[in-house]
Amino acid sequence: MPTLIRWTGQRAELAEDPFTAVGDEDPTPQGDVIVSLQRFQAEGQRLLAEGRKVGVRIEPHEDVEELEKDLPRLAVVALAFPKFLHGQAYSSARILRERYGFEGELRAVGEVLREQARFMVRCGIDAFQTADGSTPDQWTHVVTRFRHVYQRAGDGLAPAFAERADAGARHGV
Amino acid sequence: MYRYDAIDREMLADRVAEFREQCQRRLSGELTEDQFKRIRLMNGLYLQLHAYMLRIAIPYGALTSKQLRKLAFIAGTYDKGYGHFTTRTNLQLHWIKLKDAPDILEHLAEVGMHAIQTSGNDIRNITADPHAGANAEEVDDPRVWVEALRQWSTFHPEFSFLPRKFKIAVTASPKDRAATKVYDIGLRLHRNAAGELGFEVLVGGGLGRTPYLGPTIREHLPAKSLLSYLQAILRVYNRYGRRDNIWKARIKVLVASLGAEAFAREVEAEWEKTDQAKIDLPDTELARIRAAFAPRDFESLPATSNAFEAAKKDPAFARFARHNVQPHKIAGYAIVDVSLKKPGETPGDCTVAQMLAVADLAERYSMDEARVSYEQNLILPHVRLDDLPAVWRGLDAVELATPNRGLVTDIIACPGLDYCALANARAIPIAQAIARKFADPALAERVGELGIKISGCINACGHHHVGAIGILGVDKKGEEFYQITLGGSAEAEASLGQALGPALPADKVADAVDQMVEVYLRERKGDERFLDTFRRTGLAPFKEAVYADAH
Repeated sequence: MPTLIRWTGQRAELAEDPFTAVGDEDPTPQGDVIVSLQRFQAEGQRLLAEGRKVGVRIEPHEDVEELEKDLPRLAVVALAFPKFLHGQAYSSARILRERYGFEGELRAVGEVLREQARFMVRCGIDAFQTADGSTPDQWTHVVTRFRHVYQRAGDGLAPAFAERADAGARHGV
Repeated sequence: MYRYDAIDREMLADRVAEFREQCQRRLSGELTEDQFKRIRLMNGLYLQLHAYMLRIAIPYGALTSKQLRKLAFIAGTYDKGYGHFTTRTNLQLHWIKLKDAPDILEHLAEVGMHAIQTSGNDIRNITADPHAGANAEEVDDPRVWVEALRQWSTFHPEFSFLPRKFKIAVTASPKDRAATKVYDIGLRLHRNAAGELGFEVLVGGGLGRTPYLGPTIREHLPAKSLLSYLQAILRVYNRYGRRDNIWKARIKVLVASLGAEAFAREVEAEWEKTDQAKIDLPDTELARIRAAFAPRDFESLPATSNAFEAAKKDPAFARFARHNVQPHKIAGYAIVDVSLKKPGETPGDCTVAQMLAVADLAERYSMDEARVSYEQNLILPHVRLDDLPAVWRGLDAVELATPNRGLVTDIIACPGLDYCALANARAIPIAQAIARKFADPALAERVGELGIKISGCINACGHHHVGAIGILGVDKKGEEFYQITLGGSAEAEASLGQALGPALPADKVADAVDQMVEVYLRERKGDERFLDTFRRTGLAPFKEAVYADAH
């Protein structure tokens, strides 16, 4: 079974990937599948009714808002990064996590590189089909390298201003 | 001045460690230059014509003497003994060795400085009115808000891979010294009729290939909602800005194609859906930042100074006082402009000795503060009138007392083809040739206020679109030519320049400026500046003078 890197909240681990990425022209295989938004809109209800896990792949130009009603039944949303410079999916990830409270897997696919790991994790992405052969240890290293963050995002970390407020409260300031 | 706390310092330390490791991977050959490019380009390191260039951020253009001395040390130790201040109030070092870059960042971190996000498609160093805290007209200190934005934008996880670079400028004074109309986001702090502090939000201004003045998308944004509202703007841009064509990727193209009103509706809709309380700073944090910019302990001084008045008997000092000394909000103090535009020198260049001298003067006479302006000059913001003669002598000793702030020789120029891999033509020799024509300070003074701005290519780093005289270098079959525009301004009544006529060869540019100045001196009425005369007469007389030979 193919593998991917999964972020546990503390570290990156290698995990088996039970999902098959299904192209729009492919016949539907057995088991868990990830399909395009277009195919999901056409066949999603049937696929879900078959009792399998279903994921949807969102391209950079597609709006995650289209998935709002179906999110509770989706196991995975795969966010496409056709090139590492195409950063639309960082916004998609935050909307899914922070606005819709999506609790399933958020998977980065495409040109997914170690240098982007920290940004992706911070936006709430927790699974990675990497394009650069990174090991989980390397991934962990990049994600945990910084001790602080300056802003709230999709990972729930307390930003610097909240750390300062806590420290102030502890010292009775 | 804002001082880094333990958290800010640890952020920088972690960044230096990361960059050191990334450089090591390049130097060991693990990364190719192409792979390394992705990393270095977010960190202010460019591979240029001759060497690596490092661009150091100077947030809101503010420096302490300690920071300025550190910049001098770096320029002297790792570069050729000088640095170049840019129109974005950054400092560029053009002769850096890759192996030294991590050490330089470590030195910078010691004084709370860095090169984070001085390149790449991210939120760049944020600029502010260089007279902040010193001018009487401002409704609040813009640096408070820029420091809040600096932290918010640093390593922003959602906005580090935008369609294109993103620049923000903030002013809190009606006189716009931050060029907010030509920024991706311009923020104008003011009080509304009810006396509440808020931002006029301008989006989609910019220069480059397609210049725009930024339209206002919100007249009054409550000040405390700044971060959540900017998140909404950036999110709309990140999702819908173009990525298929680098020349159409700036937010100005998105705003222009949707129309400002439709763009504003998108932003407001996104903002409505945002959990604003999660994003905006709590009052305690704003108060913490604000305390760092509390008004300085100014002395109670008489409004006039006998020492200052007496020193004006020296005509050279009197001329400096007329042009490079501006009123301060506190009686008995002045704002001093330190010109980096001595005729014949490269605009914006500053030697180690000059940096050290300005650092000493700032420490002794300006409450330990110096500023960088987008006009590529330095500023001593808090000088007692009594001390002006001493400051002038100190500046003069290192050739920094050129009395030309805002005059014809106070030219803005990008590094141009001499340094920059993007440029089509040289900018510095053109600036030098023009400055030499007006090297006589009496002549420069007679011509009066005249902003000349020169860019070596269409990227417009020299802001040529907003020069009263703008000069743009172009390549014509391998030869350097220069297009001239007239009537641009980045001030409160901003305007974009109009093309004068066919491009001129390099050796005709300074003559053309001379001819246009002659026209202005002939045509001007009363106190008109060059810009005012041009706005009244239009292009015709200038065009006639410059292209007379061609007829």
